[in-house]
Amino acid sequence: MSDPSVVEGDGVSTAPAPNSTTLKKFYHDMLLIRRFEEKAGQLYGMGLIGGFCHLYIGQEAVVVGMQNALLPGDQVITAYRDHGHMLATGMDPKGVMSELTGRAAGYSKGKGGSMHMFSAEKNFFGGHGIVGAQVPLGTGLAFANKYKENGAVTLAYMGEGAANQGQVYESFNMAELWHLPVLYIVENNRYAMGTSVERSSAQPDFYKRGQSFNVPGESVDGMDVEAVFEAGRKALEFVRGGNGPMILEMKTYRYRGHSMSDPAKYRTRDEVQSIRDRKDPIDQFGKKLVDRDLVTEADLKAVDKEIRLIVNEAAEFAIEAPEPDASELYTDVLA
Amino acid sequence: MSTQILMPALSPTMEEGKLAKWLVKEGDEVHSGDILAEIETDKATMEFEAVDEGRIGKLLVAEGTEGVKVNAPIAELITEGGEAQPVAAVSAPAPVAAPKQEVKATAPTPVATAALIEPSVPDGTEMVSTTVREALRDAMAEEMRRDPDVFLIGEEVAQYQGAYKVSQGLLDEFGAKRVIDTPITEHGFAGLGIGAGFAGLKPIVEFMTWNFAMQAIDQIINSAAKTRYMSGGQMHCPIVFRGPNGPASRVAAQHSQDYSSWYAHVPGLKVIAPYFAADAKGLLKAAIRDPNPVIFLENEIVYGKSFPVPKLDDFVLPIGKARVIRPGKDVTLVSYSMGVALVLEAAEELAKEGIDAELIDLRTLRPLDTDTVIESVKKTNRIVTVEQGWPVASIGSEIAAQVVEKAFDYLDAPPARVNGKDVPMPYAHNLEKLALPTVEDVVAAAKAVLYR
Ligand SMILES: Cc1ncc(C[n+]2csc(CCOP(=O)(O)OP(=O)(O)O)c2C)c(N)n1
Ligand SMILES: [Mg+2]
Repeated sequence: MSDPSVVEGDGVSTAPAPNSTTLKKFYHDMLLIRRFEEKAGQLYGMGLIGGFCHLYIGQEAVVVGMQNALLPGDQVITAYRDHGHMLATGMDPKGVMSELTGRAAGYSKGKGGSMHMFSAEKNFFGGHGIVGAQVPLGTGLAFANKYKENGAVTLAYMGEGAANQGQVYESFNMAELWHLPVLYIVENNRYAMGTSVERSSAQPDFYKRGQSFNVPGESVDGMDVEAVFEAGRKALEFVRGGNGPMILEMKTYRYRGHSMSDPAKYRTRDEVQSIRDRKDPIDQFGKKLVDRDLVTEADLKAVDKEIRLIVNEAAEFAIEAPEPDASELYTDVLA
Repeated sequence: MSTQILMPALSPTMEEGKLAKWLVKEGDEVHSGDILAEIETDKATMEFEAVDEGRIGKLLVAEGTEGVKVNAPIAELITEGGEAQPVAAVSAPAPVAAPKQEVKATAPTPVATAALIEPSVPDGTEMVSTTVREALRDAMAEEMRRDPDVFLIGEEVAQYQGAYKVSQGLLDEFGAKRVIDTPITEHGFAGLGIGAGFAGLKPIVEFMTWNFAMQAIDQIINSAAKTRYMSGGQMHCPIVFRGPNGPASRVAAQHSQDYSSWYAHVPGLKVIAPYFAADAKGLLKAAIRDPNPVIFLENEIVYGKSFPVPKLDDFVLPIGKARVIRPGKDVTLVSYSMGVALVLEAAEELAKEGIDAELIDLRTLRPLDTDTVIESVKKTNRIVTVEQGWPVASIGSEIAAQVVEKAFDYLDAPPARVNGKDVPMPYAHNLEKLALPTVEDVVAAAKAVLYR
């Protein structure tokens, strides 16, 4: 992609409604993230991935629904729980996994790791380790889109915990004041590390958090990829239409610990299991596809098999790939 | 077909653990996400989930077994035949599967006894082996018992018992009024703490790590450090800001930074950066009692290390005093925090070559105890500073300048500095190792100032 911010083309201003092919793609994309994350967890357990590693398992419907509602040229920025976002933008699982293992073939040449990964080609602006910092950055990307009049929209993701940082509200205010084309996505997975929403938030309805700045918001079932896609499509149309920013609160859930070293004593095993059983975004959507006769159980098994292959290949590649050359220590500090 | 389930590493620092409990038995069907076992790591008991589907074959390690090495096979999983073997990818030889901690694991075992003897500690005082983590907790608990105006506030300090378990037990003892979990809102709660300090309370503000205090640095410097001066002495803020500082393990540029020289630069602050558990305890107690804003820089890598701590009812150390932790005559090695681990080891290496190094642990970075350093240089005539932070405008730069100003005529060689490399911290295992100062760097610098 030459200019990463060209959108308009033939007057398309919104993603098309899903057809059976897109629906199957939703399933595929979600399962890819799930299997990739399981593998990343396993490699972490073997000491092949170090430091902090935050898995996205449970939240797959959010990024898959949103990404599929974007148009070419739109941008994405998020925090450290970013593997899913990257895979959804179409970044290569091998490159992502190699960054996790700290190899030269990784997206940041092994210098960034799990929390700090970027792809200029895919308009993915990171991968940020400081909670909340990505929100004004995303607002600035939107500022540039408006400045260049290129019609692109920025998706700025944050956790519900991050939504308590002051810079988030500074961003909301500026974005509304200047009608910036930014869509804020609050991934409300109910916990920020060991702190539940109830213990951290005076206003736990995050979609209402823009009210005092006149930023509209909507609450979305983040475990339902179709609902996410629909809400995303409408919100993007609104934002792209020059109406200023919007907030989508995605009600979702993380199954694993905050990072690999979180003993997760702040919630019960039953709580996690009951959500897995009732709300799992992949199982539920798979059932829907079967019920609607779009696929068979066997088709879904085949998708799984194909994805496991992709993920295993990515893992093997990331294990075998060489570490960055020692000279890389001093490169990329300044231009 | 059968594959092996391996003992997982469940924290950045884990090398072995206890297989506390099996939650499956031989013959059970498992799906990805099912919990297989409970495993005790260096910090906590964790659940270990299945990645692959299959049936549990043999359990190879009995529950209750301690010291199971990471990557040791713990069970067999019988998977559907013929499929691409999921675990195969990971049973390939792992170039960096070895301890992720390598650099830090070199921290010293041999501690010169001098390191542990504080002049103020009466002869015959019982010494109790204590982790730095416990020493910090004990210091806070003792001060909270002593003064009802002391309270602890920060992210995950209460119910979670601290992100690094430093505040373990404090919520139970002191209750939610005095041990307070905050939202993720550093600029806000740092300012709130400072305001409470203006009003006479004595807050201990924990930053989950000092990296996140950058969100709050305006309040720390503009509000905490300057108010006594700006108000002509009417108002002040007796507050402690504390948390882990400096490079941790493999957490890369935004989470691995040393703020020592940043804060040491600021008039109106005191800055403490201990290494040993006794110093952590005695100086944190002093910091809590101090009527000024104190920056207390801890280090995640040393939290779990044990050192002797004197068993005294009220062990308080003076702020602003360095300590000679090993006397020597040939060269002075000055350091603080994790750097102390390096100089301790370097001194052993140098001794093998007949070089007798004097080691100074600064402990406090502001006010800096230059007297102790100058005294030493007058004796050894050579000095090397050692720290993990960047070289430009570092603590080492300041010491070098002071030594040149105050002891120029005693120097037989220009002061040398050993620092972290002048780059953001890289993630890759090999690059991270290269970015951090090593024992070899210290030995080489010491020899260089000795022209050997
Ligand atoms: C400024 C800052 N403060 C604290 C942290 C440590 N930290 C990392 S993730 C996290 C919890 C964030 O929770 P949330 O925003 O809900 O995102 P989730 O992890 O649930 O995806 C915290 C406190 C940080 N990285 N940056
Ligand atoms: Mg959250």
